[in-house]
Amino acid sequence: MSTYLNKFPPHRDDDRAHEHSHHDPGFWRTYIFSTDHKVIGIQYGLGALSFMLFGFFLMLLMRWQMAHPGEPVPVVGWLLEKTLGQVAARGALSADLYNSFGAMHGTIMVFLGVVPLAFAAFGNYVVPLMIGAPDMAFPRVNMASYQCYVLGGIVMLVSFFIPGGAAQAGWTSYSPLATSIPTDGQIFWIIGMALIITSSLLSAVNFIATIIQLRAPGMTWMRLPFFVWAQFVTGFLLLLAFPPLEAAAIMQLMDKVAHTSFFLPTGLAIGGQLANASGGGSPLLWQHLFWFLGHPEVYVLILPAMGIVCEIIANNTRKPIWGYKSLVYSALVVGFLSFLVWAHHMYLTGMGQKIATFFQATTMIISIPSVIILTCLLISLWGGSIRFNTPMLFALGFLPMFGMGGLTGLPLGLAPSDIHLHDTYYVIAHFHYVVAPGTIFALFAGIYYWFPKMTGRKMNEFWGRVHFWCSFVFMNIVFLPMFAQGMKGMLRRMADGGANYSAARVPGAIDTLPNSIMALHTWILWAAMALGLAQIPFIINLFWSIRHGEKVKSDNPWQSTTLEWQTPTPPPHGNFATPPRIYRGPYEYSVPGHATDFFPQNEPPDFVATPEVSTAH
Amino acid sequence: MDIPYTVQPRPDTGVYNAKMGIWLFLASEVMLFGGLFSAYVLLRVGADAWPHGWLNIPLGTANTFVLITSSITTVLAWVSLKNNQFSRFKLFHAITLVCALCFLGIKSFEYRDKFMHYEITLANGKFADGHLIGKSRDFDLAKKTGSVTLHGYEVDQEVDLMDLHRPEARHIQREEITIPAVEIKKMGNYGPWHNTYTAIYFTLTGLHALHVIGGALVIGFLWGPGSRMWKTDPERFTNRVEVSGLFWHFVDLIWIFLFPVLYLL
Repeated sequence: MSTYLNKFPPHRDDDRAHEHSHHDPGFWRTYIFSTDHKVIGIQYGLGALSFMLFGFFLMLLMRWQMAHPGEPVPVVGWLLEKTLGQVAARGALSADLYNSFGAMHGTIMVFLGVVPLAFAAFGNYVVPLMIGAPDMAFPRVNMASYQCYVLGGIVMLVSFFIPGGAAQAGWTSYSPLATSIPTDGQIFWIIGMALIITSSLLSAVNFIATIIQLRAPGMTWMRLPFFVWAQFVTGFLLLLAFPPLEAAAIMQLMDKVAHTSFFLPTGLAIGGQLANASGGGSPLLWQHLFWFLGHPEVYVLILPAMGIVCEIIANNTRKPIWGYKSLVYSALVVGFLSFLVWAHHMYLTGMGQKIATFFQATTMIISIPSVIILTCLLISLWGGSIRFNTPMLFALGFLPMFGMGGLTGLPLGLAPSDIHLHDTYYVIAHFHYVVAPGTIFALFAGIYYWFPKMTGRKMNEFWGRVHFWCSFVFMNIVFLPMFAQGMKGMLRRMADGGANYSAARVPGAIDTLPNSIMALHTWILWAAMALGLAQIPFIINLFWSIRHGEKVKSDNPWQSTTLEWQTPTPPPHGNFATPPRIYRGPYEYSVPGHATDFFPQNEPPDFVATPEVSTAH
Repeated sequence: MDIPYTVQPRPDTGVYNAKMGIWLFLASEVMLFGGLFSAYVLLRVGADAWPHGWLNIPLGTANTFVLITSSITTVLAWVSLKNNQFSRFKLFHAITLVCALCFLGIKSFEYRDKFMHYEITLANGKFADGHLIGKSRDFDLAKKTGSVTLHGYEVDQEVDLMDLHRPEARHIQREEITIPAVEIKKMGNYGPWHNTYTAIYFTLTGLHALHVIGGALVIGFLWGPGSRMWKTDPERFTNRVEVSGLFWHFVDLIWIFLFPVLYLL
């Protein structure tokens, strides 16, 4: 362990960048309480990947329960019973436990997994390098952000083991349900969320300030790599959308602890008895505040992924990205509009036609810039001499998968079709297509792509391909059947996978779930397990390659133009050996007349005989 | 390479890093309080009756002036540093800190008043309302023993307790009333649980008070131990005072919105 840590970033004692006295800060300051953006990025990355694996296991348990309701979970059932007690009696999931797992799967995947990986991990590691900065603008705030994230994660994990178990009201935590379930898990959820929100707030301030203030000389706005733009917009989304949820969390905490009635309506009955509350509150208020975060959050998940894909596509097609300015303006428009679409999650609340019309219109409008971004990326492939390495495979996989996720969202954005599809498995399939084979594929692409910069070694190409193809196939077998289930009317959040719901209907009636639909549960279960197995090559590859991967021959193994590859590998503290100066845009590939097929941003211009001399007279 | 623009402003943006950071942070704070203000609007629009005149306007006005004064002294403290007058800085920020304490003192007095204020639903369907004077030694609501004494009045309908700004409310005669426990159907004080108005009042002002405390702690640090930096790095120290001052102005500004919304409207 210690030997690998010593080889791991960020200290290279032989470096020119360390002219001023350099004292070894020791293990704790280097790896645990580090203020170096690269170490924090890796900390975020490892933390987020662990949480994603944990969230994945929760999902496997739920899938077992849906395919085999009430049957003991094989292999780990006894462990569940031992650690969680009565809720997992006989090693089977009770409905309460299923609800906990459902709520925590969503919370962990979104707030502790994908967002920290997409925004905080890649953003921390890559953004300062890309803009030619020595570090983030506020290194200590950066460290505090990571510590808040860890604390929030711990609070969430601990809540599984308290009496009553973790929060059960879904990742959306709708009141009054969330307030009336008799478990303190909801309080843990709120406090955990408050810590996570604080963490992303600190990160967002830091990222935006860094991008505005620390761009190297010559790095004008239109020379920023698209990934930086994506992170910039994402930063603003987190900065402005999360606080209203924090306000809502404060109010829900007050409802739970100080017995206020922010979200509890007059005459609320719990368990057949009038609730001990003053009433007068508004359950809709929670939904508004939650989705005011919830929808921009979707773009928080997707924009960094698009940024990563853009970098990788430009690099592996060896030609400039098509429509750079369109990409930038689209990202800005998406960011702005994402604040105006939230109530399309709430068509069934009886909001009235006029308001529904407004939100349908904005929802349709926001799909335009999203499609522009995807189209630019797609057209960029045209006429390129594409290198099919693992990062590129994942980036290419992202395009159709995200496309499917996005297009299946259109029927949900229109009230007439949403009324039928609301709260069914169609919704689950839709947003999982956006996030799982969409965003997470892009994140895998990013890991394979920037791994050589972090460690100086490439990840194994063969196992990378195995990882990609298996994930690609099984992801689709997991999520594609859910569209069919949803359209047949299978609701989400049913602890028995719809068995009772289906049996309660008149057999053969039009709204019964047919056996063919119920049988898909088994397919999905096996595909999900296979998907889990498909991640094993990745996990082994990730750690094995740190020491045994193929060594890179230069600091710029992908022959990229952007600044993060023009540093020593791995970059030392302070990043750049000499302060960089930027001469051109980020995607100058295959420039005619240039010696190589890439022209790094910081390389001085070629000497060209100026034509004016000959034509002056 | 060292991080640039930690003290000097970046030419094209015109600000140093921390100033950019605090403006961004304040933008998020606007959204935080914005969320709560919009909650206020939604709750008020949906309420059957919204209370008026429940808060002490002279006290609120006094607190408004206290905070405005502290904002002025904050600016003067920063100007003093710019003019290289360290002792004047110490004086002005001392006044800022005294103002912060004064604000919190008045606020906690108002809170105490609300916690001492009881509304009692009587068995005969009427309502008694007033400040608690005392409970008899054997007072027990569950066992129906003893009695409670309020300084207040009785009304027929709960709605009559809502608007204390209406003209008739001026002629309310408050007197000592003693109510035996057997006649009490329900009894509760004006804490956050009383209704949605007190809920949003305590939440908004409580969150604001936390901001006051946080700001006062930072300014207190810069006034006390943190001011040693004046000797080693005066420019950076002045920037710190400016940034903490921006936060303080923001806290002041929030109160400028809170005062009319909760006290006057």
